[in-house]
Amino acid sequence: MTTTENKPAEGETVVRERRALRLSWVDGFLWAIRIGAIIIIAVGLIGSISKFAAGEGLTAEGWRDLIVSSLAQGAMYGLLALGYSMVYGVLGFINFTHGEVFMSGTMVGFIAANWLFENGIWDANPFLSMILVLIVAMVTSTVVAVLIERIAYRPLRGAPRLIPLITSIGMSFFMQYTFAGLFGINFNTYPPPPDVIAGTVNILGLEIRTTQLTVIVIAILSMIGLWYFVTRTKTGRAMRAVAEDKEIAGLMGINVDRTIVTVFAVGGAMAGVAALMWSLLFRSVNYIVGFIPGVKAFTAAVLGGIGNIGGAMGGGVLLGLFEGVGPILILGGLGIPGVTQLKDAVAFTALVLVLVFRPSGLFGERLGSEDRV
Amino acid sequence: MTATIAPAPTSDQSVESRVQWRRMLRVGAVVGLVMMFVSANGMAATFNGRLIIYPILSLGYLVLYAIPFVGGTQFTKREELEGVETAPPSVTDAVNAALAGLLGGLILGLFAWFVDAVPGVRTIFPSMSPEMVDVLTFGLGVGPALVLLPLISAAMGALAGGLSLLSKTTNKALRAGALTVVSFALFQVVVDDFFDFLPAVPDFLYTRSALTIVAAIILFALGAAGSIYLPGRMPSIGDRLGSSDAEVRRRTSLWMAAIIAVAIIILPQFLGGILNELLINVGFFALMALGLNVVIGYAGLLDLGYVAFFAVGAYTTGVLTSPISPTINPMLTWWQAFPIVLVLAALAGLLVGTPVLRMRGDYLAIVTLGFGEIVRILLLSDWLAPYFGGAQGVRNIPGIPVFGTEINVTTPHLMIYAVVFFVALAAFISWRLEHSRIGRSWAAMREDEDVAEAVGVDTVKAKLTAFITGAVIASFAGALFAAKVGSVFTNSFKILVSIVILVIVIVGGMGNIVGVLVGALVLIGILGGPNQPGLLQEFGQYKLLIYGALLVYMMLQRPEGLVPSKRRQQELHQEEFLQDAWLDKHGRFVEDHDHSPQRPGPSAAEPGRGRES
Repeated sequence: MTTTENKPAEGETVVRERRALRLSWVDGFLWAIRIGAIIIIAVGLIGSISKFAAGEGLTAEGWRDLIVSSLAQGAMYGLLALGYSMVYGVLGFINFTHGEVFMSGTMVGFIAANWLFENGIWDANPFLSMILVLIVAMVTSTVVAVLIERIAYRPLRGAPRLIPLITSIGMSFFMQYTFAGLFGINFNTYPPPPDVIAGTVNILGLEIRTTQLTVIVIAILSMIGLWYFVTRTKTGRAMRAVAEDKEIAGLMGINVDRTIVTVFAVGGAMAGVAALMWSLLFRSVNYIVGFIPGVKAFTAAVLGGIGNIGGAMGGGVLLGLFEGVGPILILGGLGIPGVTQLKDAVAFTALVLVLVFRPSGLFGERLGSEDRV
Repeated sequence: MTATIAPAPTSDQSVESRVQWRRMLRVGAVVGLVMMFVSANGMAATFNGRLIIYPILSLGYLVLYAIPFVGGTQFTKREELEGVETAPPSVTDAVNAALAGLLGGLILGLFAWFVDAVPGVRTIFPSMSPEMVDVLTFGLGVGPALVLLPLISAAMGALAGGLSLLSKTTNKALRAGALTVVSFALFQVVVDDFFDFLPAVPDFLYTRSALTIVAAIILFALGAAGSIYLPGRMPSIGDRLGSSDAEVRRRTSLWMAAIIAVAIIILPQFLGGILNELLINVGFFALMALGLNVVIGYAGLLDLGYVAFFAVGAYTTGVLTSPISPTINPMLTWWQAFPIVLVLAALAGLLVGTPVLRMRGDYLAIVTLGFGEIVRILLLSDWLAPYFGGAQGVRNIPGIPVFGTEINVTTPHLMIYAVVFFVALAAFISWRLEHSRIGRSWAAMREDEDVAEAVGVDTVKAKLTAFITGAVIASFAGALFAAKVGSVFTNSFKILVSIVILVIVIVGGMGNIVGVLVGALVLIGILGGPNQPGLLQEFGQYKLLIYGALLVYMMLQRPEGLVPSKRRQQELHQEEFLQDAWLDKHGRFVEDHDHSPQRPGPSAAEPGRGRES
């Protein structure tokens, strides 16, 4: 930069050249990551395929089960991702607490499930029990999400970006240890699923575990409901308008504060549905179950394009697949031992890779006017 | 204009004079819920084990009944608005406060009754036990408690309201007295250690690790008297440091530095093992917080995976020096390994920094969080176990050889010098950097990246320097940690560590070295880190709850931290600045309370941040 002071014209070009050089250096690094990632994935794939051809590793049934269970988990991530995506679309910050909103649903849902089980309703009337647990989880998550918005985020409207983000991190830990204090730190286990959904079901010649099928069906139904809500109702239209531009939406007579509460409530309700799915898939819950799924769900939201509701669901399913199948398919193919330990690392690597390859997500971002860069 | 800022004074007057039912109910409900919360998560019962004044007061009751007190102060608080007369605190306020306390106590009493009546809740909420009911009801049973609890908390509310009726001096004296008693009771370890040469003093003060009643009364009187007599006689250091005379300022800071230096050199020899251990932990966290301060405080980049660099430092040191390190086993000394550690940490900073260069600010947070977890998972994995020991970690790490002796886990009174040295070094580095060219580009970048880039700040370089500096400082802490503990496990590098460091930086004051050091001393000293106990070991399982709450509270009430950096404060309160500047321009007299507008002109012209004002 010092050269610019003496010889402005010449110095300017020097600076420009230097900037260009530096950019190319960063670009080169990013390209190296991209190419490296592609090579690793390709080598891993080839390794896995040759292994499969040689009859080692997982069998065809093994792969199929893995894919179906990954899909079910991905559907759960997708529902969680909706909450991140919508809040980011409207308020422009990562709501770290969303994972804890989900966790609160699983924990309070457990109380309901436990009560139903002890009173014999769980086995006698499984369908009703599921619906009751779902309602309890959804109501809890919705109330928690709305309360958090009211207490922690509303006073910060218009503050510099870093502030609500840090608040949400603090709130997330506060919630975790609130639940740790109330429920204790041990795992609580949901009662075993009722017989109706305990077995497997045969669809088009594929044996699928009924719980996983249930989870996928619930996810599809919730998505349809949400799609209807957002595109066809007045409140949904208000939500989209606020996401587009808060000020102008306010000028058009939309109650911005109330709409933001609705966004949190809808996100919370979807987290409640995800909580029921968690209880079906994994059964054991404690105060920590929200954090890592939360981060992964955010990854899913970014993968699908933040602010894009359909994208969040798609991103969730893709992430579930990548996380479930990826370690065995790619890392296993590379001959790395103990790949299932690396599941979380693979999911986080996916986040980094998405942001390196395509930061605006696979299906495109839908952000408000202020956030479009 | 008047409509937007000046509230109608007439309606206020009529409201002030009578009981504010709505507000009372709201505060009372909040007080009750918070008291319930503190009991339901087991805090009250756990803290009850720690006595403050021997037979009469425990920490549990202190915490519990501080809640209606704090609730009561809500009624005596006055929002200061320029140009509007506010009524002084009155008896009505005290009545309001007492009523709110009454309601809160009633809620707590009903909660105790509920837990007593439905013993089944215990199967799901383990803390809602008969012991908790015992603590809440003073062992008297639920019936009397339903009367007693509301009365006590009403009394606490009334006390809060009543105190404000007294003169300012009396108030201050009473507060100082209470504070003295509580700090002496809580920091018994420190007092014990300090009066090592004169055990009669702690023997007189304490019985069964709590103050005796007599000691409490004497300490209260001393504290109260001190608050009245001392301030007038001791020219405050703050005044001198803020003095306009450069010579006075220089001399005072030299004296301060000299006193601190002497204290640091002498003190560790006199302190007992526990306190030295504690100070070493404070030092580790202070180091990491200083590093994170460079990243978030100066450059404005939120790094949630900061602990990864600490892990890189610790593991590199371990692998390079430990004689039983599995595959790579050069068996260097600590000093030989140290430069390699720094280079690797810088590389790690570069590796994390480069892919996130172009990311939106808040994506950075989650990506760094991901990086932090990736590092931990990899270190723990079977795959890399041949290099890093997996779950077993790296053990038998030798200490730091200095002048023929070795500083290691057995020599905390020497280790502390090493820690202090590196803290001082890190503080010096960050101070020099802050006031250098790169420091100014960090400031420009954190305020507005696009504008900074437009005026010729090389943001790529600025970001990477911040990441690398932060990583190197964290690796200091890691290398020391490995030498101090003698073994490293992934357990020490959980994400919680990153969050605690973040809390230190935020509570202390982003962008302020003194603030960060104070934050580390207060938080780690009192509450402790995720795996390290602090002075108040009772807080053990609740400290993360408190850290989370502190983070939220600070962001809502005081985002600039306890010891704010001037510039950071201005940025964080920009909206208020805009408002003040706007009022200035429109000829209204602005009397500022917390934040004087240092540069009203330019900051007013800075658009974009405060959207609606």
